[in-house]
Amino acid sequence: MATRRLSVLLSVVTGSLLVACGGVASSPSSSSSPGLSGNLTVLAAASLTGAFTRIADQLHAMNPDLDVKFSFAGSPTLVTQIQQGAPGDVFASADVRNMQTVVTGGFNSGMPKVFVHNKLEIAVGAGTPKHITTVSDLANSSIKVDECAPAVPCGSYATTVFGKANVKVTPVSQEQDVKSVLSKVSLGEADAGIVYVTDVKSAGSGVEGVQIPDDLNVTADYPIVELKSTQNRSAARAFLDYVLGSRGQAVLKSFGFITVG
Amino acid sequence: MVRPPQPFNPVLVLLAGLCALFFVLPLVGLLARTPWASTVGIMSDQGVQAALRLSLVCSLASTVLACLLGVPLAWVLARLRFPGKSLLRGITTLPMVLPPVVGGVALLLAFGRRGLIGEPIAAATGLGLPFTTPGVIVAEAFVGMPFLVITVEAGLRSMDVRFEDAARTLGARRWTVFRRITLPLIGPSLAAGAVLAWSRALGEFGATITFAGNFPGTTQTAPLAIYIDLESGQLPSAVMLSLLMIVVSLAVLVALRGRYLGDA
Repeated sequence: MATRRLSVLLSVVTGSLLVACGGVASSPSSSSSPGLSGNLTVLAAASLTGAFTRIADQLHAMNPDLDVKFSFAGSPTLVTQIQQGAPGDVFASADVRNMQTVVTGGFNSGMPKVFVHNKLEIAVGAGTPKHITTVSDLANSSIKVDECAPAVPCGSYATTVFGKANVKVTPVSQEQDVKSVLSKVSLGEADAGIVYVTDVKSAGSGVEGVQIPDDLNVTADYPIVELKSTQNRSAARAFLDYVLGSRGQAVLKSFGFITVG
Repeated sequence: MVRPPQPFNPVLVLLAGLCALFFVLPLVGLLARTPWASTVGIMSDQGVQAALRLSLVCSLASTVLACLLGVPLAWVLARLRFPGKSLLRGITTLPMVLPPVVGGVALLLAFGRRGLIGEPIAAATGLGLPFTTPGVIVAEAFVGMPFLVITVEAGLRSMDVRFEDAARTLGARRWTVFRRITLPLIGPSLAAGAVLAWSRALGEFGATITFAGNFPGTTQTAPLAIYIDLESGQLPSAVMLSLLMIVVSLAVLVALRGRYLGDA
């Protein structure tokens, strides 16, 4: 609540400043979205690939002149790109830590908002050839477990889960985003991978999920923010509003995400 | 034989200067951002040391593998006549121009656990290459060996075969001729090919991360560590490792100066 009040205050202040400076009176209003146009580049965590692509399709259908482009990658990869000056309008991270790096660096415009939650699941090849049923099974050295690198959200969440389950798991590889873990499992190179519930859901028939009980699981918070470097402020705001609004939340829910109340 | 100097062409010199800057500036950029003060700290980091050690071990092992298998292939290509030879040469030099990540995918589909021959091998022995250090060596040999093969083949073609004939007429057996005559005569080509294959293996990234994966100490070689460090905000160690790789590459160029840095 406090952040919203602050941003309202800020927009009032900047608005009056613009007027005081005799600036352009017709500053673009973001409350409604008719007539959005131009390009919008969204840098988003890889686990959002399916849901965000669907949301972009809906936005494009409503605004034929709006072209939404995505860069899907592991959150730290996107943070590095933002720090090195990659053009982007919106950033959606799969954890708070990577978003904090962006805020600390002053690359954001407005405060980030958590727009969705996710949980972890064990992805195994269809038919579970290795009979993996619990987190503890992953400690078995004959099982090849793949996970994200520690800096990537799905990697740090996996470490938390192993800690809670009190098991020592030595992964065979550390991937730069969650989709790479998923592909190693669906290729059959890894027996199991620690991914999000939503990834298993999107993976199709080659991959099955083994649930991680709530007491061992984590709740991943996904924050989203408008970037300071945006060239299309009205479209960026509209994207944020859509994702946080009922239609965007419905899309995210259909992909298996836990929506924010 | 002193020739008169070429007439000065300012346009060409300007463009050449731009071109030189294009190569110099990235080096300067790297040097400017090198955290000299924390050199010792970064170099004594266990992860950095593990990556460097793995790079050294794997690139040397893949070079040995390339010599053991590549020299015979070069000999076959240079000396024997058989149908399909051009095709064979084409396929074995393909990795030189192939995007390494494509090589990685192809290796996965051949030697992976669900691969063409990887699957029966895994079923019979339980052994698999992906995610293992031997997997890194295989990936590096795949991209490095062609450099050795074409260099050695060129050496074999340009050597004087009469030495071999003479040795044979004096009663030397096939292996003795190969060992005592052929190998010493192609020595410089073999050395150059081995250095090229080694430096290519040392820099290998795409096939390695695709086929062998990325885990510190097992499959994370220096180029992979650089990439991961950069992606996870560890710019100082990424820069330091990059600088080390540049030093090594420069050393390779100097070692091969007769071939590429000729002062003609």
